[in-house]
Amino acid sequence: MRKMMAFLYDQKVAPYVFILPFVLTFLIFFIYPVFTTIQMSFQDILPGMVTNVGFKNYQRLLGDRIFRTAVSNSLLYTFWTLALLIPFPLAFACMLNSRSMIGRGFFRTSLFVPVVISVVVAGTIFRLMFGEVDGSFMNTVRASFGLGPIKWLKVRETGLAAMVLMACWRWTGINMLYFLSGLKSIPPEMYESAEIDGASVWQKFRHISVPLVKPTIIYVLTISIYGGLAMFTESYMLWAGNSSPKNIGLTIVGYLYRQGWEQNRMGYASAVGLVLLTVAMVINLGQLRLTGVLGRERD
Amino acid sequence: MVAFFSILSAIVFIPFLAVLLASFKPGEELVRYGLNLRLDWDLMSFANYKYLFTGITRTGAYIAHDYLLWFKNSVVLTVVQTALTLFVSAWVGYGFAMYRFKGKNFLFTCVLLVLMIPFEILMLPMYSQASSMGLLDSIWGIMLPYLAHATTIFFFRQFLTSIPKDIVDAGRVDGASEYGIFFRLVVPLMKPAFSAMAILVGMNSWNNFLWPMLVLRSGQKYTLAIGLNTLLTPYGNNYDILIAGSCFSIIPVLILFLSAQKYFIDGMTMGSVKG
Repeated sequence: MRKMMAFLYDQKVAPYVFILPFVLTFLIFFIYPVFTTIQMSFQDILPGMVTNVGFKNYQRLLGDRIFRTAVSNSLLYTFWTLALLIPFPLAFACMLNSRSMIGRGFFRTSLFVPVVISVVVAGTIFRLMFGEVDGSFMNTVRASFGLGPIKWLKVRETGLAAMVLMACWRWTGINMLYFLSGLKSIPPEMYESAEIDGASVWQKFRHISVPLVKPTIIYVLTISIYGGLAMFTESYMLWAGNSSPKNIGLTIVGYLYRQGWEQNRMGYASAVGLVLLTVAMVINLGQLRLTGVLGRERD
Repeated sequence: MVAFFSILSAIVFIPFLAVLLASFKPGEELVRYGLNLRLDWDLMSFANYKYLFTGITRTGAYIAHDYLLWFKNSVVLTVVQTALTLFVSAWVGYGFAMYRFKGKNFLFTCVLLVLMIPFEILMLPMYSQASSMGLLDSIWGIMLPYLAHATTIFFFRQFLTSIPKDIVDAGRVDGASEYGIFFRLVVPLMKPAFSAMAILVGMNSWNNFLWPMLVLRSGQKYTLAIGLNTLLTPYGNNYDILIAGSCFSIIPVLILFLSAQKYFIDGMTMGSVKG
């Protein structure tokens, strides 16, 4: 016992004691699941009977029309969140960052509040606001323009719009905050000297703000792609479950969930997961290369 | 510009206002007319909230529901998970920040690797893992995979590298043990980091949905997010509780957010400035 204690308190051993919880978690809840997924994706799994099927799951995936719908939904959603959730929050951040702006703290807070709301509550609110009855909020908005009510969550385009709008509502504030903290690191003298040289607002934005917050833009880009491709709960809440008319709300993870849990095809679901895993890895490594983090951590 | 942001804030506020108004209206009203901003004083009352807290419905009947139980479960989970995650992750982060040891770079790359993989991809095998470890239907099953939390470890490690190592050496000279140094000298210095991460981890835990939904089985153990979701069944939707309950569940996070905004912001922006 004594020896054991002396061993644990040794200066050479202590670091391993400190990082042990991570190593255990990593092995049990990361490495093991990753390898099981890889293994299962080459198998056909029935209760009590596992057969190796080689690449059959992947072959089926290529010809699977619903999987293609799921991929295209996820990609479209990701595309629109990128198109809306990077330029606008960046512009808002620049506006709030200017010293002449009154009430910046208040506006920053009020745009940020949706971030703290759970996706369950947000999804429920948005589902009801996009309801198909005449009196639902979105239909009253249409009515005020003299347009008739529509079934928002039953048509592909408007269903996608509901998902994207919910994402905008939830994430504008946080992305703006990321950009604000990036902008803060730019010395105000740079803007001042640009003003002396007669630069316009747009020129200052284009030639000072954007290049200097580029690392932040890349960061937001990565987490948005990551979040967009892995999106599931938003769609799950918006359609009150994992099924939507003609799969208009089905995402890649939704399809994984459907195959793995609802239809019990673990092997096939693992193949779906692995495709997504590969995409996520490629994107992340690309980001790390771009920002040079991978090199920097090694010192 | 002020006008522009005022309009923007007003738009952001609409969903909150809509759900707040709806929480005072009867559930059937919502089904029939949808969620909107109409004020209808005759229809509005505290009946939903009365039902939420006492179980006594509009018609005076007593119908039991589990909302308060779910609320309690969420509070317990959030408090326990936050406390344990902070402790374990600070412990690990300290190891990464203050020591040189064999395999450190490799292991830290592993932390980054975990940060890169969305949990959703691994949920199937993680579920079978939790199942084989007997962790299903318990809050341990929810917490255990996330106690050594990669994001939090990363943050603590970054924070601790800015603390001079002399403190540790001075502690050693004074004869403190490696762990004594961590507890007595370093933990007190980590207060700002703890506050920022407490809020981030706590908020995630309070709002977490997918993993708890997979782990938990019995309605008695549900958290608020899962419980609220189960109110929508194919056999009839209980909007009376759903809306008032959703509305009420926002309050704790909102109060916490408004009172500790700075820490929220520190916690949430930590990753963005420098990788």
